[in-house]
Amino acid sequence: MAILKDKKVIIIGDRDGIPGPAIAECVKTAGGDIVFASTECFV
Amino acid sequence: MNSVIKGASYILVHTPDMVLYNGTTQTTERIVNPESEYLKEVPEKLRSYEDAVAYWPNQTYIGNVHPEELAKVEFPWYDKKMEGAQRYGKFGEIMPEEEFLLLVQASDMFEVVRLEKGFVAAHRDAFAADPVISSDIVERVHEGVELSEIEHFVNDEHAEGLYFDGQLVGCVKAAHDIDQNLSAHVMHENLMSKASSVLALLYAIRNAGIDKADVEYVIDCAEEACGDMNQRGGGNFAKAAAEVAGLVNATGSDARGFCAAPTHAVIEAAALVKSGAYKTVVVTSGGCTAKLGMNGKDHVKKGLPILEDCLGGFAVVISENDGVNPEIDLDLLGRHTVGTGSAPQAVIGSLVADPLDRAGMKIPDIDKYSPEMQNPDITKPAGAGDVPLANYKMIGALAVKRGELDRKELAEFTTKHGLTGWAPTQGHIPSGVPYIGVAREDILAGTIKNAMIIGKGSLFLGRMTNLFDGVSFVIHGNTAKEQKAQAGVSEEEVKGLIAKAMKEFAASLLAE
Repeated sequence: MAILKDKKVIIIGDRDGIPGPAIAECVKTAGGDIVFASTECFV
Repeated sequence: MNSVIKGASYILVHTPDMVLYNGTTQTTERIVNPESEYLKEVPEKLRSYEDAVAYWPNQTYIGNVHPEELAKVEFPWYDKKMEGAQRYGKFGEIMPEEEFLLLVQASDMFEVVRLEKGFVAAHRDAFAADPVISSDIVERVHEGVELSEIEHFVNDEHAEGLYFDGQLVGCVKAAHDIDQNLSAHVMHENLMSKASSVLALLYAIRNAGIDKADVEYVIDCAEEACGDMNQRGGGNFAKAAAEVAGLVNATGSDARGFCAAPTHAVIEAAALVKSGAYKTVVVTSGGCTAKLGMNGKDHVKKGLPILEDCLGGFAVVISENDGVNPEIDLDLLGRHTVGTGSAPQAVIGSLVADPLDRAGMKIPDIDKYSPEMQNPDITKPAGAGDVPLANYKMIGALAVKRGELDRKELAEFTTKHGLTGWAPTQGHIPSGVPYIGVAREDILAGTIKNAMIIGKGSLFLGRMTNLFDGVSFVIHGNTAKEQKAQAGVSEEEVKGLIAKAMKEFAASLLAE
């Protein structure tokens, strides 16, 4: 997960997959800097 | 006692011209890239009415093909035509665009819809021949106007054009000069939703075998908003559609919640009936023009026809327990709450596992799950994957985690307890509810004993919250007889026994 340390991260989650806030929690613990996070509905 | 599902309807309207003129993918492209190759290709990539009818998932939606039969058809489906496909099915029909435009006019109470004279004359008889279109609806169709009048409204008055075979045949006028909420665009969108809801209502009444006058309440669960500048979402689509459908004893209201709204609405309807507030409630919804051709760019890029060429509609009739029909069990409701969180495990836990836990049931105890039933023929080429399958994998994985399913059985779980998606990507239309009609029949036939309907809603799209939403309910066989047996002797039976004893006593006194 070190690949995300101090990196700026844009998150686009999927309503029927992994939603944005869930990915954001993971990115935070990996030390990433979230610049944008949202969940989208692709259907 | 729980309320029952008396019947359901599923209708499609083939609207290829609206794909080009009203689907947001296409209208957005027209603004940002008016000379795009995609826009030029769209007309060539639209399917004929016959092709839309012969499309396996469409035949499944209207009830001519069981979902399990569809699952056996080799994937992909867009290049395979079903032999002997019919316009009409046991749940509804696939109405052609030209007849639907006449139904739209019949659904218009403010004379904003104008149709060209020759167009009306050419299609009026076919419209009147539809088995659910009654004469009072046909009589609402005007004789029509000259094409020049329509051209004037479209060119000079910002009216929204109505097209058939690429030709201008009518228009929807703005209902106000300034108010954006009554613009021609909004009126068009709302009238299409309303008219397709009317068609769904008419079939639901027929399928449930009830009289129009029996319906006391209607809940519309579409994703459109009608109102004016002082009350943008005032409503009420439900009562407006009930009026056209002739449900004279009904009032109603609208339930909104993105794609989760139909499941919310069915729970609300079941509760209204169980409480005794109303005897018969119909949940209804029409289709969404904005979503037509939503994934069209990906379909065209991959050489597919534009598959999102139909408006969808459905209606479910919920009534007092008749001792026969499957029940909606209000003790088995799942809900994603504000505090649930967004982790997939938490989401499926709240919608599936929590209600089952409360009843002492396990995940494999539910025979069939109906979450998002989008047709994978549409979603896979667009990169959204197989949505129902993704949901089944999540449900199965949770069952494994809870020790209710062996890891090796996970693949089998997705087919045994799952279904292949067949519903059009019309937002709320594929969300849980497409299976209700099939589930009702399969429970009555004894093929399955129960089913869970799961509706999910993308609330974050409204930019009022980051939250997702979802609710679920379980349908199972009728329990009236068991409940009666458990309850012992009813009050009426006691009265009957006393009356009989008194009668015998009186007879014995007379004899003496």
